[in-house]
Amino acid sequence: MSTVGGIVDQVRTRLKESEYGDASLIVGIMLAIYVLYVLFGLSLGFNLNGQINALQRITFLTAVFAMAGLALNLHWGYTGLFNVGIAGFMAIGVYVMGIATAPIDPESASAIPGLGLPVPVGIVLGIVAAALAGLIISLPALRLKADYLAIVTLGFSEIIRLSFSSSTLQQFTIGGYTMGTGGNSGLNLAGDPSRLVRDFYETGFGIAPLDSVSNGIVTAFNSVGIERVVAINVTYTMLVVLVLVLVYFMMWRLGNSPFGRTLRAIREDEETARALGKDTRLLKAKSFAIGCGLLGLAAIFWQGSRGLTTPDTYLIELTVFVWIVVIIGGTGSNTGTVLGAALFVSLLQEGPRYLRNVIRNSFEVPRAPTSIADAFGSLGGGDPLPLVAYVFEELAALQFVILGVVLILIVQRNPKGLMGHRKEPASTLNLMDPRPESQTDSGTQEATDE
Amino acid sequence: MSETIESERQTADDPMLAVSNLTKTFSGITAVDGVSFDVQEGEMTGLIGPNGAGKSTTFNCITNLVEPGEGEVVFDGEDITGMQTHDIARDGLVRTFQIARELREMTVLENMMVSPKDQTETALAAVLPGMRNSVRKEEQVMVEQAWETLDFFEIDHLAYEFAGTLSGGQRKLLELARALMADPDMVLLDEPFAGVNPTLEDRLLDRLHELTDQGYTFLIVEHDIDLIMNNCVDVIVMHQGRLLAEGPPSTVRNDERVVDAYLGGEVAE
Repeated sequence: MSTVGGIVDQVRTRLKESEYGDASLIVGIMLAIYVLYVLFGLSLGFNLNGQINALQRITFLTAVFAMAGLALNLHWGYTGLFNVGIAGFMAIGVYVMGIATAPIDPESASAIPGLGLPVPVGIVLGIVAAALAGLIISLPALRLKADYLAIVTLGFSEIIRLSFSSSTLQQFTIGGYTMGTGGNSGLNLAGDPSRLVRDFYETGFGIAPLDSVSNGIVTAFNSVGIERVVAINVTYTMLVVLVLVLVYFMMWRLGNSPFGRTLRAIREDEETARALGKDTRLLKAKSFAIGCGLLGLAAIFWQGSRGLTTPDTYLIELTVFVWIVVIIGGTGSNTGTVLGAALFVSLLQEGPRYLRNVIRNSFEVPRAPTSIADAFGSLGGGDPLPLVAYVFEELAALQFVILGVVLILIVQRNPKGLMGHRKEPASTLNLMDPRPESQTDSGTQEATDE
Repeated sequence: MSETIESERQTADDPMLAVSNLTKTFSGITAVDGVSFDVQEGEMTGLIGPNGAGKSTTFNCITNLVEPGEGEVVFDGEDITGMQTHDIARDGLVRTFQIARELREMTVLENMMVSPKDQTETALAAVLPGMRNSVRKEEQVMVEQAWETLDFFEIDHLAYEFAGTLSGGQRKLLELARALMADPDMVLLDEPFAGVNPTLEDRLLDRLHELTDQGYTFLIVEHDIDLIMNNCVDVIVMHQGRLLAEGPPSTVRNDERVVDAYLGGEVAE
């Protein structure tokens, strides 16, 4: 365990001494992860398309979790708001988007109709709905202490999930429009963000020059042996990464401004902020609503390529995942959050499965014993393979155990995460810059003259 | 008893702060019991009393950090009873805390930059390019003012330090400097000298006198009676939630009740 601490310390020193910007740090870590996954792919015998698809998937999940992490970082890292209802706000974003964009007259009779709005409008509506939900929840809850906000948001997210899975809301009609959540079996996302990409490749949005551009891209991909499906996936991932860059830039500006400074003052000591004339309730509500809108955005792009979303996606696990991202990266640091997302996705979420497949591929792993007692029994007999097989069989469940252990280790050894030690300037100016030279060298007498 | 004292003290000009019949009860215990006093503009007024006399609660009620039960608070001619704490601060009545409440994980300079009340702190202004530029200009002016205020308190060498690393005395200086950045007319100081070494105490007193000369009004809660008697024009004495005496130090010092209830008690400890 001390080696873990040692490695983290080393990484920290590197980060501190690093002369390179945050962007190259993120790109560097991503490249290292790519190398790891290419090695995984090689030992699993992936072809080119398989390799690219695996890297694309890692990048996509990283971008999505980074977005959600940035939203939580605004809540917790900047404002000190303990939001445990992340899954609920994400669900609202996706469902509102899905209902808004579903066709009015669906082709299949079993599909649930919607409002038939264009995809971009649906995305905006989803974000606005999530932000509004955040605002409504925050108004009563923010008057209370932090722990109560946690209870309220936790309850809220469960209410949302259960409502979306209830048969009452499966299909309903308001003002002549029939729509619904699809209940337990989930909602078809007929018009989701990935449709923008598919439309681009299929018809070029009906614009001839764009169509020839998209055909050209497909031909270029084909010429190096990349299939059309993979090309579409890669394009969608690039779109999501672009959105992440925009979100990151926005969060950076929000943090390094008087707005961010006041949020940090509230996090440090709300009473002091009030005594200095800050309307802390208003600012907390703003911060909460903005973050919830971003959670909606992240969820829309996350679910936006699956074609179907189910209420089960928004269990409390999802909330915990986003928290882990922020805790690994270090609360208060946007760059740290993106790094946290990359490490979480590649090592904790996807990594174990790849590792299992690699080991299964390379070693003869016997059939798994039926109980953990049997597995340990044969370990006592000197044969570790049944235990390994058991672990592999139950990997999905054991992943949560691993997450728990990692969480405990971080909180115990490195409560500040990877980059939590670093402070972003709470101003549009760099307040660590040397003092500006003033023209008139006014003495102390004038200092407080107004 | 307090009423007679109050009527004696009626003065011609309007007071900066007028507290009348302030009462606060915490689950049956009356912490502040019908307290009335005035604070004159451009003066340093002391509020003394033994532990548990209700001084801090009085402060909390004035700034509505604790909701006052009864009574009225008039600041600069405006009734501010029960107004939101932040609105009271924006009106020009800013308070400091007994235990310095520095924003630990922010630098001293960042602490200073939190206060100015006319800054554009909307989310939109932070993000949009054009608006962000004007925010930048605004902040450049604020930084200059922050540096000058730090100079005035001779803590400019600490500007880049995290506030959490300052000594007790430095924190008190920072707290006052930060309060001044909020552009107040009057500052309520809750035990500004507690835990401050004699050198810093002298510096702090010096600055307070200088600021008073510039027209600021101060109401200071303090344990150290001599310090208040020697520096304040008016002294208010509280005991067990009630107002015991109010007046110039010479009067208060010779007040029998004060000597009995407060000075006597203190010595006996």
